[in-house]
Amino acid sequence: MVDSVVPEEFDLLTEEIVINMGPQHPSTHGVLRLILRTDGEVVREVQPEIGYLHRCAEKIGENLTVRQFTPYTDRLDYLAAMNMNLGWSLCVEKLLSWQVPEKCRHLRVLMAELNRIASHLVAVGTYGLDLGNFTPYMYCFREREKIVNLFEAVCGARLTYHYIVPGGVMGDLPPGWLRECSRFLDQFQATLNDLHALLTNNYIFIRRTAGVGVLPLGTAISYGCTGPVLRASGLAWDLRRHGEPIYTQMYAPYDFQIVAPQDGQYPDDGLSPPVPDDAVVGDCWHRFYVRMREIVQSVRIVRQAIQWYQEADGSVGEPMKIQQKLPVAEAYLETEAPKGQLGFLIVGQGASIPRRVRIRSSSFCNLSVLPELCRGCLVADVPAIVGSLDLVLGEVDR
Amino acid sequence: METSQIVRYLRERFPRAILGENLQAFDPWVQVEPAQLREVCFYLRDEPALRFQMLHLITAVDYLEKPPGGGQGGSEGHFEVFYHLSSLEHGHRLVLKVRLPRWKHNQPGQLPELPTLSDIWRTAEWHEREVYDLSGVCFIGHPDLRRILCPEDWQGHPLRKDYPMSHQYQGIPGR
Repeated sequence: MVDSVVPEEFDLLTEEIVINMGPQHPSTHGVLRLILRTDGEVVREVQPEIGYLHRCAEKIGENLTVRQFTPYTDRLDYLAAMNMNLGWSLCVEKLLSWQVPEKCRHLRVLMAELNRIASHLVAVGTYGLDLGNFTPYMYCFREREKIVNLFEAVCGARLTYHYIVPGGVMGDLPPGWLRECSRFLDQFQATLNDLHALLTNNYIFIRRTAGVGVLPLGTAISYGCTGPVLRASGLAWDLRRHGEPIYTQMYAPYDFQIVAPQDGQYPDDGLSPPVPDDAVVGDCWHRFYVRMREIVQSVRIVRQAIQWYQEADGSVGEPMKIQQKLPVAEAYLETEAPKGQLGFLIVGQGASIPRRVRIRSSSFCNLSVLPELCRGCLVADVPAIVGSLDLVLGEVDR
Repeated sequence: METSQIVRYLRERFPRAILGENLQAFDPWVQVEPAQLREVCFYLRDEPALRFQMLHLITAVDYLEKPPGGGQGGSEGHFEVFYHLSSLEHGHRLVLKVRLPRWKHNQPGQLPELPTLSDIWRTAEWHEREVYDLSGVCFIGHPDLRRILCPEDWQGHPLRKDYPMSHQYQGIPGR
């Protein structure tokens, strides 16, 4: 009986199979659903399905005054709520032609950059987790915890801060806070070195990410990719330097580099390891590495912000009144959030409630390039590519 | 390049497509004739002196005028679709505005139409889906015009000012 079974030769061209991934899948970073059409191990097509976290933020914005809407911006990119608050507040201030005091600007920079560090820490930590490296995740969250504790001391919340508001900030720093912040920065570089050892220079990590999901610069621009995703494709474009005056004036006194590879190499900052030979500009490794280097730059900015804040005189601003009337005009402003360029559009109608609120989500545009990146890759590379885009579904779905 | 100069370029090239402008606005805008929107956009993207490589955002704004004294109804008003463009090369920005009727041929239920820009800027592909989903503007020539944020069986377009708030979805009470 057994002898009669003859091994058959199989044709390796198989039928295409449709695989559903998510919305409850650990490596889709939230409620993202991907529909993969695969031919064996090769992905032929990826179709992202979004909207599982749609909370009608724009509709809510049409029914509240701009001051009342500020806490809702926390819930967009909940890993970088300070940056969301900042983008919204600056947009309202642009519409009302307001200027906040200098001390307030430095305090906002301080908060925004600390939150950028926290957001990038989650990005690189969970990215390691996606690729099967658990330890850096714990290190990243340990450090993020310290930042979250700092934020908690400032505003009482650990995730949705509602601290930067139109007109200023909710309150000045508590006594001794700057010393705590400096202490955090002083011990932080050691963790970055650990992360470089565990991830950046890790042979397995490099093999999983270098040359995978290469995003050419032209494609990135056409799809509206911004932030580290765009910069990793080789364009030094950062709204902190290239944005509108109301935003760039905040960062004008600060000295920092825009992190982007030039001919595949980065300017030496004395702290980060060199680029491996396999890495191609625009691949997952570069997207990861740009974030690692941006953390270093943000630490530099925070150190300067502590200095500037202490030297500046005056108040930290006054939160706007709830019933503040808006002019009949539109204002659109983009700021550099950790995930990319975050834009808010407010259409005023002469009342305190705007006619229209529109949110340009950076993760939304960064996600839209996914079908392009995944075409022809292996199934195992899909989590590597999704993780390298650093999506927050709260911001994608709004 | 100064916005006034960009507008002069556009007016020279498309004398009939530019219907209005406001250069004093917070974000200077020009109003474009919908039928010539695609030619204008191709020109804006490809002209070496302009090079608007990036489309940031597509927004539809509902200018429904509520009848005096509140109440239901009121088909007066119009739609405006904003396109926020910028050039990474030259660092200039521009907003295009297109004015549409709220309903095609003023027949309630018939969505107004615009040509798609998804082959000019790929950003437009998802943004147009979103505008279609939430505001109800149909983009002619779009490769895959489906709802993107709402479920596919959703009725109506929630960001229209006359959208009736439903208190249940498929028998599930909302509040």
